[in-house]
Amino acid sequence: MNADARADETQAHVRYVLRLADTSLILGQRLGEWIGHAPALEEDLGLANLALDLIGQARLLLSYAGELEGRGRDEDALAFLREAPQFLSVTLAEQPNGDFAHTITRQWLLDAWQLEMYQALAGCADPRLAAIAAKALKETRYHYRFSSGWLVRLGDGTPESRRRAQAAVDELWRFTHELFSPDETDERMRATGIAPDLAALEPSWSRRVDEDLRVATLTRPAAQPYAWHGKRGVHTEHLSHLLTEMQHLQRTYPGASW
Amino acid sequence: MSGDWPLYEVFVRSRGGLEHRHVGSLHAADSRMAIEHARDVYTRRQEGVSLWVVPSTLIVASDPAEADALFEPARDKIYRHPTFYVIPDEVKNL
Repeated sequence: MNADARADETQAHVRYVLRLADTSLILGQRLGEWIGHAPALEEDLGLANLALDLIGQARLLLSYAGELEGRGRDEDALAFLREAPQFLSVTLAEQPNGDFAHTITRQWLLDAWQLEMYQALAGCADPRLAAIAAKALKETRYHYRFSSGWLVRLGDGTPESRRRAQAAVDELWRFTHELFSPDETDERMRATGIAPDLAALEPSWSRRVDEDLRVATLTRPAAQPYAWHGKRGVHTEHLSHLLTEMQHLQRTYPGASW
Repeated sequence: MSGDWPLYEVFVRSRGGLEHRHVGSLHAADSRMAIEHARDVYTRRQEGVSLWVVPSTLIVASDPAEADALFEPARDKIYRHPTFYVIPDEVKNL
């Protein structure tokens, strides 16, 4: 392999790890917005625990991406000093919390996706990534238990909770196509034995999601094959607002620590 | 909202081999949620390896007004404590 090809390979590797890292980071930040506002004290703690797990995953992954990149950026530099187009999180993660049904639906769709991803990555050819995935998988199993339980409770609950849950599923469904649409980074990493075949993960995710929808008495929306491109850095406006808040301190007082 | 949910009592086993101990209570809409809330509220600092949750309405409690009748008669029966035996010198670690 010549130097150019090796540099391309490294860049794809960094981008791939950043996608996983940023998806966890942005989703964790969104969940953190509920702290102090959740419908019950117990839910406040529950959502905060999920957020902390996700930010913990992001820290491990961002540190690793920084090392792979080899330009001296640590987890903090990557989290707090990048602009929105440099974030490679999937578009679904940055969608606003909305009502509780929206938050739960977003969480459930991504938990089911992360379950597939981490399961596959736990056995991948990159030992560092495999170790992070194995740790994250245990956390994700709980996240999925939490979010799927709530989806059923809302869907199969009162007429009002059911209406809101179906509205959330209908609105967020369009962002799921991106989760299983491989691009050149995914393909390149797949060729090295690191990334799973995204399209091959879809049937298992679909079965899981369909079963939850059935129990929740909710309807699966029609496929909406428009591919959002958050993982390529093309985001909805919501990400910039989220970053403004998340990065405020480091932008205002560079290098501040406590 | 949680005021509408029934109350559950939470029991945590801190390590294998130890008993479950009552640690507090919480509100939850159903038993699955009660386990999740108990996990999130009472075991987030590694306090436990096992959880029980019980609807508080299922707990049958003694009546404080009957405390004298229930507990007073034991007070003058100190011979029920196993402290009157002479321990042989050969017995160690008791």
